[in-house]
Amino acid sequence: MELFKSTNFDFLRWKWPFIGASLVLSAAGILSIVVHGGLKYGIDFKGGALMTVKFAYPPPDDKIRSAMSQKVKGEISVQDFTDPASVNEVAIGTELQEEKLLNVNRQTMADVLTATFGQPSSGKLDFNNASTQQLIDRLRDPLARAGVALSQPQLEKLVGDILNFRNTPPRSGLVTDFTQLSAVPGVNPAIINTLKQECYLAPFNIRNVEMVGPKVGAELRNKAVLATLYALAGMLVYIAFRFEWIYGLGAVIACFHDTIITIGLFSLFNKDIDMTVIAALLTLVGYSMNDTIVIFDRIRENLKFMRREPLEVVMNRAVNQTLSRTVMTSGLTFLTVIALFIWGGPVLHGFSFALVCGIIVGTYSSVFVASPIVLFWHNYADARKRRTGPAPAVAPAQRAEPVRNRPTRAAK
Amino acid sequence: MQKNLTARSVIIIVIILVCAFGIIGFPKSTADLKKNWDNNIRLGLDLKGGSHLVLQVQVQDAVKAEADIVINRLKEDLKKQNISWTSIDRNDPQRVEEADDVTITIKGVPATQSSAFRNLVNERDSDWVLTTLNSTDYSMKMKPSQLVDLKRDTVERTVQTIGNRIDQYGLAEKSVQQYGRAGDQYQVLVQLPGVDDPARVKELIGTAAVLEVTDVKDGPFPTRDAGLSAHGGVLPLNTKLVKALPRGGGEGEQWYLVGRSPVITGRDMRNARSGQDEFRKWETNFSLSQDGGKLFGQYTERNIGNRLAVVLDNSIVSVATIQSKIEDSGRITGLGSDEEATDLARYLRSGSLPASVVYLEERSVGPSLGADSIHQGFAAGIAGLIGVVAVMLVYYKRSGVNAVLALILNAVILLAAVSYFHAALTLPGIAGIILTIGMAVDSNVLIFERIREELRAGKAVVAAVDAGFSKAFLTIVDTHVTTVVSCAFLFLFGEGPVQGFAITLVIGLLANVFTAVFVSRTIFSYELAGHRQMEALSI
Repeated sequence: MELFKSTNFDFLRWKWPFIGASLVLSAAGILSIVVHGGLKYGIDFKGGALMTVKFAYPPPDDKIRSAMSQKVKGEISVQDFTDPASVNEVAIGTELQEEKLLNVNRQTMADVLTATFGQPSSGKLDFNNASTQQLIDRLRDPLARAGVALSQPQLEKLVGDILNFRNTPPRSGLVTDFTQLSAVPGVNPAIINTLKQECYLAPFNIRNVEMVGPKVGAELRNKAVLATLYALAGMLVYIAFRFEWIYGLGAVIACFHDTIITIGLFSLFNKDIDMTVIAALLTLVGYSMNDTIVIFDRIRENLKFMRREPLEVVMNRAVNQTLSRTVMTSGLTFLTVIALFIWGGPVLHGFSFALVCGIIVGTYSSVFVASPIVLFWHNYADARKRRTGPAPAVAPAQRAEPVRNRPTRAAK
Repeated sequence: MQKNLTARSVIIIVIILVCAFGIIGFPKSTADLKKNWDNNIRLGLDLKGGSHLVLQVQVQDAVKAEADIVINRLKEDLKKQNISWTSIDRNDPQRVEEADDVTITIKGVPATQSSAFRNLVNERDSDWVLTTLNSTDYSMKMKPSQLVDLKRDTVERTVQTIGNRIDQYGLAEKSVQQYGRAGDQYQVLVQLPGVDDPARVKELIGTAAVLEVTDVKDGPFPTRDAGLSAHGGVLPLNTKLVKALPRGGGEGEQWYLVGRSPVITGRDMRNARSGQDEFRKWETNFSLSQDGGKLFGQYTERNIGNRLAVVLDNSIVSVATIQSKIEDSGRITGLGSDEEATDLARYLRSGSLPASVVYLEERSVGPSLGADSIHQGFAAGIAGLIGVVAVMLVYYKRSGVNAVLALILNAVILLAAVSYFHAALTLPGIAGIILTIGMAVDSNVLIFERIREELRAGKAVVAAVDAGFSKAFLTIVDTHVTTVVSCAFLFLFGEGPVQGFAITLVIGLLANVFTAVFVSRTIFSYELAGHRQMEALSI
């Protein structure tokens, strides 16, 4: 099966509409960033505390916000997850003014949740948020009294199994009725009764807590940006060495273009930029670079036996020759990424979103951004040479070169 | 050719076996297989659940402590040599960045004794640089090279101590390591997979834990004010009032007047554990370092009958009377219970952090979230992969099988690398794997498209395969080397997750060149070897 057999599209004829579209997209992205007053950083880069809580029912955002604002200083954000895989989950974010508050904040937030939605006055342990050790300590004596004789290792195994059951989907951390636990091997009615006496079931489960000091956040952000810039510079040098400097520049500008548009889309859709998104941006830079080099490589190869053709024709030919592989590779990668985007869950959401955008933009930027830059430069250089006229001192040397009419196009 | 082919096949089979061993070892049963897999392919905290803490070692504490030692020694030396002075002090920087600014100021040394003074300092405190401020005043700063050593040593000791402390609680998996570029951030990363209670983790590590053993001058007093008024409202020179931690006996607040400069500190403490004496009363045994033991011996010999306080982070955890000279090991007797003795032992041990620590970052991923992300990410990854395999097989037919084999081998090599390097699979790492797989697919596609082109140009099958591989090889080298170059920079300048991404990617790229070019080529050769005159290639 073959999709493209010896195609001959005039891709570069359409460069202007695409360059226009690129400029519009980049401008829209940058504008959106400016309007939003900068990028919306995730907790990794901004610093602060973020708690992911799963509720047994649709989370009462306003109630959470007002309860939190009474105890925690600064801005409080409460955001529902839109992802179908994380029903009834909510992300509660608070600000961290200084590193020292890191210890206090977590406890305060957990306490507020317990006070608002739990039964702290009952004196019982909240089963849905209990740690292994807490539950072991809580159950040891009551179980003995209830006539369930267990050694310490047996007790540890039992509690481990019970909590494992609680944590695996579909419970995902939330048990709504103690009788559900009878499915755990080794759990008998006496144990369930003891659990009922000693514990209660809060309608929420704290799934994830992240706290990053503000200083560390800014540092991490700067380092990630710097590393990426250095990596781009490194690639520029390598491509300049292997091809010509303008090829390196074209490829790097194309990567830059992809990154800016993707970041712009994050701003437009009001999505957080966190460490996983940076990983995705690095991936898309690698991907876009790969795509560009494949085309450049073909241009270089074609130049060897299409010396008299205009560069634009050579480039078109290269794009057409590699079209089949471009569609295959991009399509297949896109397939994987879209699967991650749809089924990958909330943790991978930002990551896969960046890659979905990046693969689309990265594929077309090789043809419509990187190649035109090289083309423009060569047209400009040739025009200048023609204007200055064949200076006698230079002409003989040039005539000696194999690529007579396009000296600047010569590939190494 | 045939011989060459055999050699190639042997290489491939050996690599497959080595990789398979790395991933699953020698399983004897299916249960064994799962166990080995779980042991070898470790998941990062973001996938598995657990606690991740970044803390900063307050290295200025260590420099200040060093300065205190120098001050004490200097005072003794000056006394011995009959050189007088009015004051010897140090400043008190609070931030890590100011650790280099710790300065000792010596005032009021008579001009006539200045050369004797300078000789003494240069001889005794060669790690410090003496600067003359005017005819009677001097300042001292630690030599830059010594500062670097001291700070590095402080961070290393902190890493070690925290590691030991966590070990005491018997956590199977833990990782405590220096964090940040070249250690100039003095950060320590603590990772505890599977620990679902960060409060407990912090309890294990101990927050600040600056341990001092100081002499008790007076007390106990029921309140701070009572302590003050007992001394006419003004504390004697070089003393402070410190509160004792409540011991649950309902005795109320207790304040003691203690000396400002400690006799020994946590740095001198080697070990401590609880035990019972000959009358089966609870006690805490402790041992000291050689230097600490010498100091403590001199002090206790002179102060038998006086009291000592164990001060942890400015709170007294225990007060004891000196009954005899104590050198490198001693015991604190007469404790109320096993619990009290164990606690005290833990306090003494925990005190050996050479500097206090501040938490910069804390993340805990609940095990339920970890379980869900594995579940979903895995399902999505498999779905994507099945799609890729299906398309490759339909589009490239028999040759597609080659590509799929190469892809699988690539994944196997990556997993084996993760296992052999004892790395953990994290989300950014998986990002690297996705890019790798994308580029692996790309390499195969490049080669196949090239072969098709050559076939279309009318070349014979064998020649087309040869040309396809050799021409695509150049492109593959360029794309891979460019990415490796970028990885090198990401690794050099990036941090943590960015580095993880870079490492996975480089390994993946190497594996990729091997599978796409070497392995795939070998499979093609096998197919062609039997049929020299093959007329159509299934591609």
